[in-house]
Amino acid sequence: MAHYELSVNNKMHDADVEPETPLLWVLRDTLNLTGTKYGCGLGLCGACTVHLDRQAVRACQTPVKSVGTKKITTIEGLGAGGIHPVQQAWIDEQVPQCGYCQSGQIMQASAFLAQNPHPSIDDINAVMAGNICRCATYQRIRRAIQRTASANG
Amino acid sequence: MASENKISRRAFLVTGSAAGAALVLGFYIHREYGSHEAEGQGFRPNAWIRITPDDNITVLVEIPEMGQGPRTVDTMMLAEELEADVSKIRVEQAPVIPATYQNLSTGGSGGTQDAWGYMRKVGAQAREMLIAAAAQQWQVPKQECRAENSTVIHQPSGRHLSYGVLVETASKLPVPKVEDIPLKQPKDFKLIGKALPRVDVPDKVNGSAIFGIDVRIPEMLFAVIARCPYFGGKLQSLDASAAKSTPGVRAVFAVEPIGFLLKLDVNPNVAGGVAVVADSTWAAIQGRKALKITWDKGPNADENTVSIRKKMLAGATAEPTVVYVNQGDALQVLQKSSRRIEATYEMPFQAHATMEPMNTTVHVHRGGIEVWSPTQIGAILQEEIAALAGIPPDKVTVHMMYCGGSFGRRYQWDYAAEAWQVAREVSRPVQLLWTREDDMQRDFYRPYSYHRLAGAWDEHGNIAAWSHRIVSTPIRPVFDQPEKLTPQRVARQERGGSDLMPYGARNFRVDFVPVESAVPRAWWRSVADSFNGLAMECFVDELAHAAGKDPYEFRLRLVREDRKVPQTRQGAGDPALDTRRFREVLKLAAEKSGWGKKMPVGYGRGIACRYTFGSYIAHVAEVSVDNDGNVRVHRMVCAVDPGLAVNPDGVKAMVEGGTNYALTQVLQGEITIKDTSVEQSNFDGYQVLRMNYAPDIEVYVAPTGAEMGGMGETAVSGTAPAVANAVFAATGKRVRRLPIDPAPLAGSKA
Ligand code: FES
Ligand code: FES
Repeated sequence: MAHYELSVNNKMHDADVEPETPLLWVLRDTLNLTGTKYGCGLGLCGACTVHLDRQAVRACQTPVKSVGTKKITTIEGLGAGGIHPVQQAWIDEQVPQCGYCQSGQIMQASAFLAQNPHPSIDDINAVMAGNICRCATYQRIRRAIQRTASANG
Repeated sequence: MASENKISRRAFLVTGSAAGAALVLGFYIHREYGSHEAEGQGFRPNAWIRITPDDNITVLVEIPEMGQGPRTVDTMMLAEELEADVSKIRVEQAPVIPATYQNLSTGGSGGTQDAWGYMRKVGAQAREMLIAAAAQQWQVPKQECRAENSTVIHQPSGRHLSYGVLVETASKLPVPKVEDIPLKQPKDFKLIGKALPRVDVPDKVNGSAIFGIDVRIPEMLFAVIARCPYFGGKLQSLDASAAKSTPGVRAVFAVEPIGFLLKLDVNPNVAGGVAVVADSTWAAIQGRKALKITWDKGPNADENTVSIRKKMLAGATAEPTVVYVNQGDALQVLQKSSRRIEATYEMPFQAHATMEPMNTTVHVHRGGIEVWSPTQIGAILQEEIAALAGIPPDKVTVHMMYCGGSFGRRYQWDYAAEAWQVAREVSRPVQLLWTREDDMQRDFYRPYSYHRLAGAWDEHGNIAAWSHRIVSTPIRPVFDQPEKLTPQRVARQERGGSDLMPYGARNFRVDFVPVESAVPRAWWRSVADSFNGLAMECFVDELAHAAGKDPYEFRLRLVREDRKVPQTRQGAGDPALDTRRFREVLKLAAEKSGWGKKMPVGYGRGIACRYTFGSYIAHVAEVSVDNDGNVRVHRMVCAVDPGLAVNPDGVKAMVEGGTNYALTQVLQGEITIKDTSVEQSNFDGYQVLRMNYAPDIEVYVAPTGAEMGGMGETAVSGTAPAVANAVFAATGKRVRRLPIDPAPLAGSKA
């Protein structure tokens, strides 16, 4: 057991957990931040995507001991003080069905758009191929990303 | 806690919400079940609406939300008649009180059709009471008042009162009989038929939607189970010492398999194994890794995909156990005909692989059992857990959580029974989670099936005879007591979508041969339509080609006359197939796709048309096949007639989702068996559709105003055959097995 101080959504949180524990389970089971989802545990589905210093990472593949002082952002904190444009685009395009994968989709898309504000369709397909949606809302996700991109001016 | 529902319901009926007085309606309405299997219940009270003085309206929706949109469509129906301001409506899952709420379980794409029968009536009844309340306050005749946008307006004077203000007066009025209140005519609909935003979307983009896996209760523990990986096998020996000393692990114990039990309606197929309970999911998983277990492989140890396939092929020529349909004498006509072809198609097991793996949280305490489950069968779950535990159902409180997909998987309750098995051994609430590996290796798979078809045509291009042999690992034996299993019952779930012939075959026969297997099977989105759709629509394509006709023109000609093709199954819930509606979607999809326009070499277009779950749908697929035989689907054009589309955008979403869902089994997904266990364990082995392979999908919703059909499963059936037929157009090679194997297609651009 080790003690960690984690910056999550601009708040400090204490966690006493095993160092190897993936950040995913620290968020979900220790900090009760359940917006970040478990889908595969192997980095294959993207459901657990969060931001570490604004980079999208798979929380299931991120041992808590590797986080250090990096700032963690989860879906609960993405729209700090309001709603993030990517979340708004998700509403405008009515993307979610069951919604389970969408935290991960939105976290992936928002990090990606921050780095590449005007992606091509091929860019979108390549990056988002890491996020599975079994309700298969892919066409709407694509549209929502394009909508945000065109709003990026 | 077990009676929390009851208490809160009583509180809700008597005092309303914290906001003070509330109009809460209890209704007596008649529910017609038609030919559905459940018996009619006659008159019963119900409560779906709560209106508080602050003008907020709460709607309780019964049908579980799994992504298919009942919270939105059911609310639309209710709000349509209530004349409510939809933006002020909050939607909750109705509690599991089956005596009051009779649609807490859903399946068969029937949710919207079921709710159509009562949600509008409920809204109308509330509206009438609010109008009566306003009339009373104003001392004017009711007829001078009307409702609009959550207010009652007195027409002559222009006075108006909001629903919130009327709550108190309305609560004291007698409840009018629903039968006496006329419902709106479709021309007067303000909401129904409009593409309304989903009510659950805001919570699903900010992480606040609570799925089963997200249930967090003070003091709760987390568990996983090591299940026997061999179907029919069992625990032989266990050394739990290392697991017990894993940090965070609280308890390790064996849990028994639960198979056929007289006190249960169906076999829950609980696998049994070793439970590891810990402070966190991760600790439980680590503890499980440290278990030293040997498994007894059981009686089916030799079963594998090859052995199953062998039995399938043998079944193709064996004596049928059931003849589903036999109109005319197809076998004889086929024997005599010179214009005849034969074809086979094969479709392996498929996993549901819902994005949220199975899980349930249970607290067993002195007062009873409390269950939080992502389930599509809230009422059944309550009954079965009560039966297992030997306590009355009202001592089991079930909270139906958001489901992260279902596609039929959550019609089983094995995972909830397991959670109960674990929770009764510990005094605290426990969340049992299935890891992805557990979920993929202990699913109830879409049955394996093999199809042999033979057809003959005449000189005009009419189908003279059609015979279809379905060989499959049937669903019923997985659930039914062996003594109930007559040949008819064994064959019951596999005929769907094979037994209605839209194309006017004069001699038409469909029969069945079962194949035994230890692999658990069950309902997978669209059930038998998922394989029979491929068999029928690929074979009619082959007939068209053999007769020298364009596959679209061939189909169109065969449905050119308006006919009603009656259901062949006794008690079938859906109406007769209407060739006019079939033809219209076929034409619409062809037209929108640019059918007949030339395509580049290596590209092809394929068409399929289905009447499935009460709705009509046509797909046109555009594919390309490269030199190595790799298939890419570029575009799917879908035309759908659901009769009536309550929320056309919801219909579109279901068609997009269903089409994509079906592409997994076409392009990559396959569950294979070795030593009676599943070889795939995660999304590396079981390849599901991802965005880079998701085609453009165009959906044309063309409701004809006829009886409402289902939509959750409708788009699955025609997807595979449309793609397979397109592959033929591109390569001249027929797809005989899914997922499509590139090897035989290599170097065959047509
Ligand atoms: S749960 Fe982390 S990638 Fe699937
Ligand atoms: S919305 Fe259901 S898995 Fe993506």
